[in-house]
Amino acid sequence: MIRRSLLKLANPQLLALIGVLLINWLLFPNFFRVTWQDGRFFGSLIDVLNRGAPVAILAVGMVGVIATKGVDLSVGAVMAVAGAVAATMVVAGYPAPIAVVAALVVGLLCGLWNGILVAILDIQPIIATLVLMVAGRGIAQLITEGFIVTFTDPVLIYIGTGSFLGFPMAAVIALVLMIIVTLIVRRTAIGLFIEAVGVNRAAASLAGIRSRMLLLLVYSLSGLCAAIAGIIVAGDIRGADANNAGLWLELDAILAVVIGGTSLLGGRFSVPLAFVGALIIQAMNTGILVSGFPPEFNLIVKAGLIFIVLVIQSPLASRLAPPRIKPVAKAAAK
Amino acid sequence: MSIITKLAIAASLATALSTAAFAQDLSGKVVGFSQIGSESGWRAAETSVTKQQAEERGVDLKFADAQQKQENQIKAIRGFIAQGVDAILVAPVVATGWDDVLKEAKDAEIPVVLLDRGVDAPEDLYLTSVASDQVEEGRVAGNWLVGDVGTEPCNIVELQGTVGSTPAINRKKGFEEAIAGHDNLKITQSQTGDFTRSKGKEVMEAFIKATNNGADICAVYAHNDDMAVGAIQAIKDAGLKPGTDIKVVSIDGVPDIFTAIAAGEANATVELTPNMAGPAFDALAKFWADGTEPEKFIITESKLYTSADDPQGEYDRRKGLGY
Repeated sequence: MIRRSLLKLANPQLLALIGVLLINWLLFPNFFRVTWQDGRFFGSLIDVLNRGAPVAILAVGMVGVIATKGVDLSVGAVMAVAGAVAATMVVAGYPAPIAVVAALVVGLLCGLWNGILVAILDIQPIIATLVLMVAGRGIAQLITEGFIVTFTDPVLIYIGTGSFLGFPMAAVIALVLMIIVTLIVRRTAIGLFIEAVGVNRAAASLAGIRSRMLLLLVYSLSGLCAAIAGIIVAGDIRGADANNAGLWLELDAILAVVIGGTSLLGGRFSVPLAFVGALIIQAMNTGILVSGFPPEFNLIVKAGLIFIVLVIQSPLASRLAPPRIKPVAKAAAK
Repeated sequence: MSIITKLAIAASLATALSTAAFAQDLSGKVVGFSQIGSESGWRAAETSVTKQQAEERGVDLKFADAQQKQENQIKAIRGFIAQGVDAILVAPVVATGWDDVLKEAKDAEIPVVLLDRGVDAPEDLYLTSVASDQVEEGRVAGNWLVGDVGTEPCNIVELQGTVGSTPAINRKKGFEEAIAGHDNLKITQSQTGDFTRSKGKEVMEAFIKATNNGADICAVYAHNDDMAVGAIQAIKDAGLKPGTDIKVVSIDGVPDIFTAIAAGEANATVELTPNMAGPAFDALAKFWADGTEPEKFIITESKLYTSADDPQGEYDRRKGLGY
């Protein structure tokens, strides 16, 4: 039993994460040095957790959508909208909790909008969410009137830059969210329903799954996650930057989900592994920054590493790899 | 030098100064302005300053926002020609594809002035272009740092703009020119922060970890103020004092950097002036008065601001402009 769960831990994603971290350590020997400073941990490893949090949160929402054979391209724009709502409200004098709740509600509504387009109007997800991807940034710019709205509200700043038990608040939020969502989808039947809809929506509906309801749910969750990430990013720079907040992060989130082993064709999915996928991406980004490569190489290095990670977990590689289940099977045969 | 020549020089200087200080009255003139859009705070500020400058001179300004599309700009310029305006200002969104519409303006004898970006078109198709010298901006920033550190050794980290973008290339080049020949100054880390606050902060965090928790950094040079604002937060998060432990110098002159300079958290910024229209109107005024053809390339001043230049006042002057 113990042996099997250990084997389960040795999956390609965790190996890839460890590999990337080791490469970082080779390029920058102090990579694993973590010190205690001003009541919190301080070091490159903590930066990976902190900077990876927004994409990790997006990935937690995105993985459910992708498992239903959908995709949500609007999350980056929804981040900008949520950040803009939170920032303009605190600047206008509303208390921070109300501003945060309003931003979350706006994110939820954005997700619901996507869900309605996909589930009720049956528009293909990539097109349905493209609408909000384009329009969302415009909405955010309208809210901020084109300015970077800066604020000094301590609560919002705490969400973006504070620390809890020495760990960055953003990372704590991401981890808690990941655990909650994992429990919801795995301790209830919802996870199975999502996979069923992703594999064959018509069959799932015939089998009695309320697939429309389920699609509305996953897209709403994705919008909510995007709003959380948007509030964190705004709090981090103490301002809502409608032009740049969350720009292209939808692609990072999709990549994190794919690195996490979830197929874009829907079906089986894993929330924790999507989370690990986001950390892999950020470990690469942070590694590039501390290693001292010239910036012209950033994209090439990143593309090369991602290619390797994807090859490692491709079906061909797993067929070539020494079989892992065999020993257990042998033991059972005896 | 005789007293008469001295007097003559003084008099001509005085005239030159007075023309510079007092805007000419251009009332009755109608000028069309085709703006790119409002993709950045600076762009919005350029629009408001252009409107201000027009108002000061009594110019009737027709404003057209192209929303980042060249076809909208061409349509707007054709509209201005049809209305028979006296001059056209264009901030071209791209460099190519302007020949036809510029020819139409020339045939209608309407002078065209390009603002802040150039075009790939024959020079005789437009009156002049007003733009900043981005290499000079980098040079001014570098010269300030050279003067400020004196003979002390200084390790600089650089936050570059978007890789491959013209301002990033030019601002890097100018800065490197300024510190070349001063062996005590060297750039130890250089990465792109994509001109944004959040990337500026993230890159600065990594630089601090990579340089003995910031102890080996003497100054940060950011290609724009937004990245500098992000870097200042990263420096504070690391328990260091921006402006003293690590000097901060950047380019653009947006309001928030003046707040930081006033608070002692940033040291210097080089202004990319949003007032491109002022020099354009001045050139037009001379052209209308006696037909003087201005130079083809009017370069705006790259002015340095430090804590000695009333940063709070500069902030107040800029905050309403739309940055």
